[in-house]
Amino acid sequence: MRYSYFPGCTLYTKAKKLDDAGRECSLKLGFELDELPDWTCCGATFPLVNDQHMLMSGPTRILADTKDRGDDKLVALCSVCYNVLKRTNHVMLNDEERRAKITDFIERDYHGEVEVLHYLQVLRDEIGFDALKEKVVKPLEGLKVACYYGCLLLRPVKEIGLDRMENPTIFEDFIRALGAEPVDFPFKIECCGAFQTVNSMATATRCSREILSNAVQNGADLVITTCPLCQFNLDDRQPEILKEDPAFTTIPVFYFTQLLAVALGLDSGNLGFERNFINPLELLQEKGLV
Amino acid sequence: MAEIAELKSVNEQGEVVTCACAMGDLSDFESVPVDRRVLVIGGGITGITAAIDLGNAGYKVVMVERLPSVGGRMLQLSETFPTLDCAQCTLTPRTVESGQHPNVTLKTSCEVEGLEGEPGNFKFLIRQKPTYVDWNKCTGCGTCVEKCPSKGFALFERDAGRMPAIYTLSPQAVPNKPQIDPDRCRFLTRGKCGVCSKVCPVGAIDYEQQESFFTIEAGAVIVATGFDIYDWKKLMPEYGGGRIPDVIDGLTMERYLSASGPTAGKMVRPSDGKTPKEVVFIQCVASRNPEFHKSYCSRLCCMYTAKHARLYKHKVHDGQAYIFYIDIRSTGKGYEQFIQQSVSEEGIVYIRGRAAKLYQKDDKVMVQGADTLTGKKIEIAADLVVLAAAIVPNEGSEKLARILGIECNKDGFFVEENYKFAPVMSGRQGVYLAGCCQGAKDIADSAAQGSAAASRVQVFLSSYRNRMNREAV
Repeated sequence: MRYSYFPGCTLYTKAKKLDDAGRECSLKLGFELDELPDWTCCGATFPLVNDQHMLMSGPTRILADTKDRGDDKLVALCSVCYNVLKRTNHVMLNDEERRAKITDFIERDYHGEVEVLHYLQVLRDEIGFDALKEKVVKPLEGLKVACYYGCLLLRPVKEIGLDRMENPTIFEDFIRALGAEPVDFPFKIECCGAFQTVNSMATATRCSREILSNAVQNGADLVITTCPLCQFNLDDRQPEILKEDPAFTTIPVFYFTQLLAVALGLDSGNLGFERNFINPLELLQEKGLV
Repeated sequence: MAEIAELKSVNEQGEVVTCACAMGDLSDFESVPVDRRVLVIGGGITGITAAIDLGNAGYKVVMVERLPSVGGRMLQLSETFPTLDCAQCTLTPRTVESGQHPNVTLKTSCEVEGLEGEPGNFKFLIRQKPTYVDWNKCTGCGTCVEKCPSKGFALFERDAGRMPAIYTLSPQAVPNKPQIDPDRCRFLTRGKCGVCSKVCPVGAIDYEQQESFFTIEAGAVIVATGFDIYDWKKLMPEYGGGRIPDVIDGLTMERYLSASGPTAGKMVRPSDGKTPKEVVFIQCVASRNPEFHKSYCSRLCCMYTAKHARLYKHKVHDGQAYIFYIDIRSTGKGYEQFIQQSVSEEGIVYIRGRAAKLYQKDDKVMVQGADTLTGKKIEIAADLVVLAAAIVPNEGSEKLARILGIECNKDGFFVEENYKFAPVMSGRQGVYLAGCCQGAKDIADSAAQGSAAASRVQVFLSSYRNRMNREAV
């Protein structure tokens, strides 16, 4: 299987490990992520004002490029890119007036023909979690995982539709396929503070602290996520939280593709764990997984 | 000489059809006898009211109930708003009257499976479910219920307590004869036990009983199949999806508060049997939520939640009750006064806002919400959370609609012919609706509709008979 692939800017810089591990795993699982040539920024936020069409011209161009190279599926790994592309496509498919405005402006012919998939969706719907389980060479036995979804992977549910928004389970099902145990995690869809991290770091720190404490209380060894911003807030805010509360129990937060790579037996030297503030290597070594 | 005119009527599939009909001098037409018997489907307060009214008016009534005794949802309730009188005490005289009325026949553990015939001359196929007890022999002594070793979850008691596998729904059940739940009975599931059979002094236990079918002929039918609670455990993960034991729904709360409930009216919580000191009530659970759940207002919840909070306070004097609400709809007679009293005299805290999420933290249920009057985020560590979940039609309503040839709306409630002027008439002649199967309503409104349907049935059968009599002249 071959898919057009949109990595997005963060996956070339800050979240390189999300991208690297994702690509490596895809080869191991027998599908090809063919990077879209000449891609641009997705816009990073879906415009929340109905008449703000300019912000949708970028993602529409990306979708049109996918169509023009003859592909009908476009895979994204980053929750933000996935959200923006999927919602833009929803407009292209369903809103004739806005579609006309945008496609006229960028001078492209596009009617929402491309299906935007998240990497997790490829694993669930195209590969299948049962088949994935077969390919696991190092089952993550004894590893307790808190699956953190954040918001953009799921909402708004009527446009995204990847899973239920209040109690999603795609991540937990994925984790079970890898042999690990998902813990009960009521804060799995709470806000991480998102962009507040720029102008009100205290807010983001408080959000992260609540989420991480909840994961620790429920017995998690680690937290996984798909979103570079969530990963940044949850991981990088931990030194701040420790300053406020020395009794705080730190917990590694990393990308699901990194954990997938461990389970598929890929070289942990390339997994980029050293970039994490709370390095999970020690934990994984303790569990005999790397 | 008879003229031929066109008349609209409704066929068995519920479709409106035009038929040619003779008018005028009808002396050369044979009359069709109209059956003056009436079938009532559902033995709740609505059906009972209709049946007693019709019985008193001289009509023969057969009341079909799928549970082993009549009384319906009211049997599960503790006390009722706005007067706080005991549901059992006000209901029992009516259930007893329906059971003893010379013109009313009860058919319990029965369901309607088929319908033939025309308005005025219907023929219903009824399925009698096995009770595994020969009620002709049973004296209702209750020894079997007392001795049954297999106590377990029963839908009637909700999450408030367990019930023996051989049971009656209430100490004042009508008929007061037990039946066996085949899913919980040790003998019927594993072939071992037989305690009830051994202790029965008259040998009434019959494990071999099979379901049977019979027919009832009736001129008209009143549908009063009632309501159920929205399946919040399955459909509302934000409220724990049934995984947090101390999150219960309003009907479970009724069983806790009821003197004839499994705790004999003692207010405890499911997880550890402790008395809850902080109780959060959440209104509009799945109601008034057009995007994801039900768009309608369930009409009862504002009142019964205030009632729950008050009854809770009457039992736990040092307890605190909080109510999350969107707005208060207390439109009945004496209802607004009841709400005002709850706030001013009982010290119940009303918080205007919706609770967003519930989760377990140690032995508390954390309630995250917002007070939209102050704009502040609120978190309450509760011992117990009670959800006022939406009212939905009872299970099997759509199947019954197909059998009777009547219509359901998108939420499954039966559709009346005209909401304002014919609220108890279905689209089909001879088929009448009453109570919550047509839309959420409280006891007072349900009983009113029961009487209204009984009245409409009498009009229908009388006019039909009169026309037939004229035809015969």
